[in-house]
Amino acid sequence: MLTIFSIAMSVALLLGVEKVRVNAQSSFANTISGTDLIVGARSGSIQLLLYSVFRIGDATNNISFQSYQDIAQQKGVKWTIPISLGDSHRGFRVMGTSRDYFSVYQYGEQRTLEFASGKQFEGVFDAVIGSEVANVLNYAIGDQVIVSHGTGSASFTQHKDKPFVISGILKHTGTPVDRTLHVSLAGIEAMHVNWQGAVKKRKASKALTEANLQPESITAFLVGLDSKIASFKMQRYINEYKSEPLLAIFPGIALHELWNLMSVAEKALLIISMFVVLAALTGMLAVSLAGLNERRREVAILRSVGASHWHIMGLLITETVLLTIAGILLGLALLYSGIWLAQPIIEKNYGLFIPITAPNIRELGMVCVLLTASFIVGLVPAYRAYKNSLADGMSIRS
Amino acid sequence: MIKPASKPTLIDLEGVDFAWHAKAKPTIKSAHLRVEEHEHVFLRGASGSGKSTLLNIIGGIVTPQQGQVNIVGHDFCQLTELQRDKVRANHIGFIFQQFNLIPYLSILENVTLPCRFSKLRRDNAIKRSGSVIEEAIYLLSRLYAKGKFSFDRTTSELSVGQQQRVAAARALIGQPQLIIADEPTSSLDYDAREAFMTLLFDEIKLSGSTLLYVSHDPTHQHLFDSVVDMSVINQHHELEL
Ligand SMILES: Nc1ncnc2c1ncn2[C@@H]1O[C@H](COP(=O)(O)OP(=O)(O)OP(=O)(O)O)[C@@H](O)[C@H]1O
Ligand SMILES: [Mg+2]
Repeated sequence: MLTIFSIAMSVALLLGVEKVRVNAQSSFANTISGTDLIVGARSGSIQLLLYSVFRIGDATNNISFQSYQDIAQQKGVKWTIPISLGDSHRGFRVMGTSRDYFSVYQYGEQRTLEFASGKQFEGVFDAVIGSEVANVLNYAIGDQVIVSHGTGSASFTQHKDKPFVISGILKHTGTPVDRTLHVSLAGIEAMHVNWQGAVKKRKASKALTEANLQPESITAFLVGLDSKIASFKMQRYINEYKSEPLLAIFPGIALHELWNLMSVAEKALLIISMFVVLAALTGMLAVSLAGLNERRREVAILRSVGASHWHIMGLLITETVLLTIAGILLGLALLYSGIWLAQPIIEKNYGLFIPITAPNIRELGMVCVLLTASFIVGLVPAYRAYKNSLADGMSIRS
Repeated sequence: MIKPASKPTLIDLEGVDFAWHAKAKPTIKSAHLRVEEHEHVFLRGASGSGKSTLLNIIGGIVTPQQGQVNIVGHDFCQLTELQRDKVRANHIGFIFQQFNLIPYLSILENVTLPCRFSKLRRDNAIKRSGSVIEEAIYLLSRLYAKGKFSFDRTTSELSVGQQQRVAAARALIGQPQLIIADEPTSSLDYDAREAFMTLLFDEIKLSGSTLLYVSHDPTHQHLFDSVVDMSVINQHHELEL
């Protein structure tokens, strides 16, 4: 009974880790979609991906608005979305962007952003927040937020004179969008007007309009092309851009690279769960070997009624395999009820949705490997029983 | 497959030497034993004289280092282990001193066990009673005298005497030619012993089986056609002395 349970636990763990891994990977790969190129200042491609999509880390350099506009007007470019980062609000990143963002940006399987309430930003000081920002900070439409300069959660310089008003709250996406506060590029400029040395150049805050708030630089931008075939050509064009060093990356490839970087941890987890399985099998072996002595009599009886050594061995192996099958079934039951219970919690805390799906090929493969292993483990007591029975004959000398 | 010879000798041992271990002294030394069909033989011998060992040889569980072993017409020295297992399953029913039953099986499952290993005995049982279960119930109710007993129970609640009767029913099912009983009554008290012997003999006579009965207790030897002493069969002790 204990054996079945330990097998069950190990199966649940092994398949659980696998399920989390698969879903983490697919949700990871689904962070951004529909975008053909991400363009930023020349740095590492993973770094660019991290700050532009995951809002992790900072750009070393900005790119000029000039270059952005130039590339946006190139033939074959369908759309572009500018991204301007560098400010934060109570630990959440603030992103300046264009209104197109809400209609063009895609994640998952070609899903665009949707509003849970409110609408996109209209005025310079309107802000649209992601679902997690709204949840954690308990914000509603119309609330005022104060953005601080820099990205640390301990805000040192606050743009207190320029509060933003929440105009919209996005639906949950399970991507970094949920943790972002979106404002217009003009909004980003506006809150820096009085703060930077630009006071003299521009008028007072009352006169701030989108027209006179064109930024000089942005952090990165996303590019959608008319045809995917052109993406290599466009990438080369951007990477060889004359007036400043730029880097264009394919989001899919960069995501893959990043995942590979993280896969060490994932492999470690998998190895640990394999060791747990191994421990369970060893436990089963120990139990069945320990019980063997008490079963010598049973073996002798079976031999006396005509059972061959093969019968006896088959019986013991079958027993081990059946125990394992029972363990696997119980493990699957544990796994699925576990997923069912933990699903909302995981989704809420980690933005990872783990669907209840039938085991995939890889998981079935693991189960088959486990069954094979249990067969091999079963050989050991079977062989020992054979040896015992040879020595005992039909009657046990006690 | 293997044709039994026509001669009615069921057990024929000639010059059998057997040692449990290669280095150990032989337990059996130039043993000879003949048991004819339908004969009831009482095999007597002191404890440790090699009676049970001899039964292991007759059952084909172990093979002697020397000599001829011919059981129900099969030359065991010529057969493979699997073939000997088959002969044992088909033709021999064993009853041991105690612990005859498999604890996790029901009474009925214990009795019908030989029919799982022998098609011959399964067919015999079906021929007699229509089904293996029917035959088992028939045998059990005869051995229990009063038929009021649930045979679906596990064997753990049975007294030793009842267990021995279940063992007898198992040995008898499917009418094997040879019944071998290794001190089947030595763990029973007097009354149970008498009752068991009476039932066993009734059944053996009914089925026409040959009986090789092993004991060091001579109380019942008058019931048998012949009494053989281990010291006569086995030259081992003469050698030792
Ligand atoms: N499985 C075995 N392995 C090794 N030696 C054995 C085995 N069975 C019996 N022997 C040895 O063979 C000898 C004869 O034992 P056996 O059990 O055949 O005697 P027995 O006549 O049946 O005695 P008892 O009346 O006590 O049952 C003994 O010395 C015993 O130690
Ligand atoms: Mg004995």
